[in-house]
Amino acid sequence: MRTRLAPIASLVVAAVVLAALPFALSAYHQALAAQVATFFIAILGLDILTGYTGQISIGHGAFMAIGGYTTAILSRDHHMNLVLTMLIALAICFICGLLVGLPALRLSGVYLALATFALAVSVPQIPLKFSKYLGGSGGVQTAKTVSHLWLYGASWTAAAIAFVLGWLVLRGRTGRAFRAIRDSEVAAASSGVGLPIYKTLAFGISAAFAGVAGSFYVLGTNGFAQPNEFSVLLSLQILIGAAVAGLGSLWGLLAGAAFVGLLPTISSDVPVIGSTHGQDVVFGLIVILVMLVLPNGVAGLLARLSRLRARA
Amino acid sequence: MELARRLPTGTRALRLSPVFLFLGAACVFLLVGSLESTVFAQQTVSGVALGAVYGSLALALVLIYRATEVINFAQGEMAMATTYVAYQLMLWGLSYWEAFFITLAVAFAFGGVVQLVFIRPVQHKSVIAVVIVTVGLFILIDGLVAWKWGADLKFMPAPFGNHVYKLGGVAVSRQDLGTIAITLASVVLLWALFRFTKLGLGMRAAALRPASAALVGVRVDRMLAIGWGLAAVLGAVAGLMTEPAVFVLQPTLMQPVLLYGFAAAVLGGLDSPVGAVVGGIAIGVFLNLVGQYVHFVTSEVRLPVAFAVLLLVLLIKPTGLFGRKRLRKV
Repeated sequence: MRTRLAPIASLVVAAVVLAALPFALSAYHQALAAQVATFFIAILGLDILTGYTGQISIGHGAFMAIGGYTTAILSRDHHMNLVLTMLIALAICFICGLLVGLPALRLSGVYLALATFALAVSVPQIPLKFSKYLGGSGGVQTAKTVSHLWLYGASWTAAAIAFVLGWLVLRGRTGRAFRAIRDSEVAAASSGVGLPIYKTLAFGISAAFAGVAGSFYVLGTNGFAQPNEFSVLLSLQILIGAAVAGLGSLWGLLAGAAFVGLLPTISSDVPVIGSTHGQDVVFGLIVILVMLVLPNGVAGLLARLSRLRARA
Repeated sequence: MELARRLPTGTRALRLSPVFLFLGAACVFLLVGSLESTVFAQQTVSGVALGAVYGSLALALVLIYRATEVINFAQGEMAMATTYVAYQLMLWGLSYWEAFFITLAVAFAFGGVVQLVFIRPVQHKSVIAVVIVTVGLFILIDGLVAWKWGADLKFMPAPFGNHVYKLGGVAVSRQDLGTIAITLASVVLLWALFRFTKLGLGMRAAALRPASAALVGVRVDRMLAIGWGLAAVLGAVAGLMTEPAVFVLQPTLMQPVLLYGFAAAVLGGLDSPVGAVVGGIAIGVFLNLVGQYVHFVTSEVRLPVAFAVLLLVLLIKPTGLFGRKRLRKV
């Protein structure tokens, strides 16, 4: 009974803390917290693809870019409701994910990693080429900007919905198929799991999550969708976040999101180093140290702790 | 009859494979084009020079991939950092070639130390952890270099001067010829090291069958560190040859080269050293010619176009041009 209750209890704790937080935070910190929620959604998406289905992607920044530009353009040209643009971004990225997932069927391992990395490099170049519609390096701005409080509330609500959706997808038949594919494609196929369907589906779901994250990402930068906001570094940050999070733990995901969402800001406040370059030094060092200490991420650490407690 | 049986099985397969027919056709096309038009010839030669640089960074990636099954995302930044070392040495008054060779030695030590300190602790834990560590190194080295030398543009003396040779109406710069010569020489030296020395044999053994190699007395850990050192040396050569091609030194020097290096390594097949060099040259020449003759391909879409072609190749031949198909036991 206790094992059943523990996850629900931790969900409730997380929800209460998050609902109470905005009253204790300044507007600036609300924006930071919203950024953490944005990364939470993107990392959750990557976790479904890489953690559960075993397909590496270093290209989720590309899907975030597609989602972000969708929101910005629909708002600029059609003055559409922002929440509605996010749903459209979700749908578009789902389709893009399926389209990327199809050729990805032929690739695996490092080749897939590099092919998706190519995606992350290529997509931000597209607005530069078609600058007439996509604003070039200046980018596209939404028709209206949102308050920090709105952003905080909306992004964490979306994160909660995404988490529940992810849980629903992963707990049933689909999730079992994903995990079977991760553990052994041959064994999965011979037990009747349709590899092409489930692998492309995993890409689609994962990309849809990233797309919504992209919408929030754009809203968090005053509604600007710009090519250099979606550089390769963003894809790498999501990957780092997923690695820090580890597999299949809510607290892991929160830790991973907080890690990539907050650490660059915190490390720029370290007095000794000061400059922006010092910030990179600290961030790089901590990323390496965390991987040396926790190769399976925070989720791995938590699993080890609970095993220790069970034995005691 | 007897002779045919003694031939290594690969030889006959190589001669008939469509990859070789395709590459042969491409070479004929380039030759005919160069004879027809001087612009075409010029673009081809400078494409080969650029491609040789991509190829040597790709070869560095392949070396590490064969030994550890991991892509080193920090390869380009390590090359960039060693180029800054050469810059510093020249600032202290050394000549270009003195600085060049000292830099290669520094790069070797640097690569080995990186393997010992950062890679070895996570090597046996998980592939994703190693990848993330190299990503962390990427950010760390970038930050350190910008911190020490600043992110502004620096200038280095040109190693080959600006002389241009005229070969039958085709202007070929000494710069391009020198780049081709240096990179190809380093590749050949490396090949000779692997092929003819005991150290090379040990390194190949450690990469292919680490457990068996250890049983017959190869110091596998040491071989891996040396492998990383050699990869860093190749990277340093690529960095030092990239700088004169783009005229300025800055922390982002190697980022595009790393991406083309990735493309070259995948195109050639990640476990094939020959493939890396051929892939690099193919990409260099292809991009130069397409940039010259296809108007849609402006500088913004060079990278996407390179990767689109790469994806196409991967879809037809998922292991790259020269990569071997892996059979897996279930």
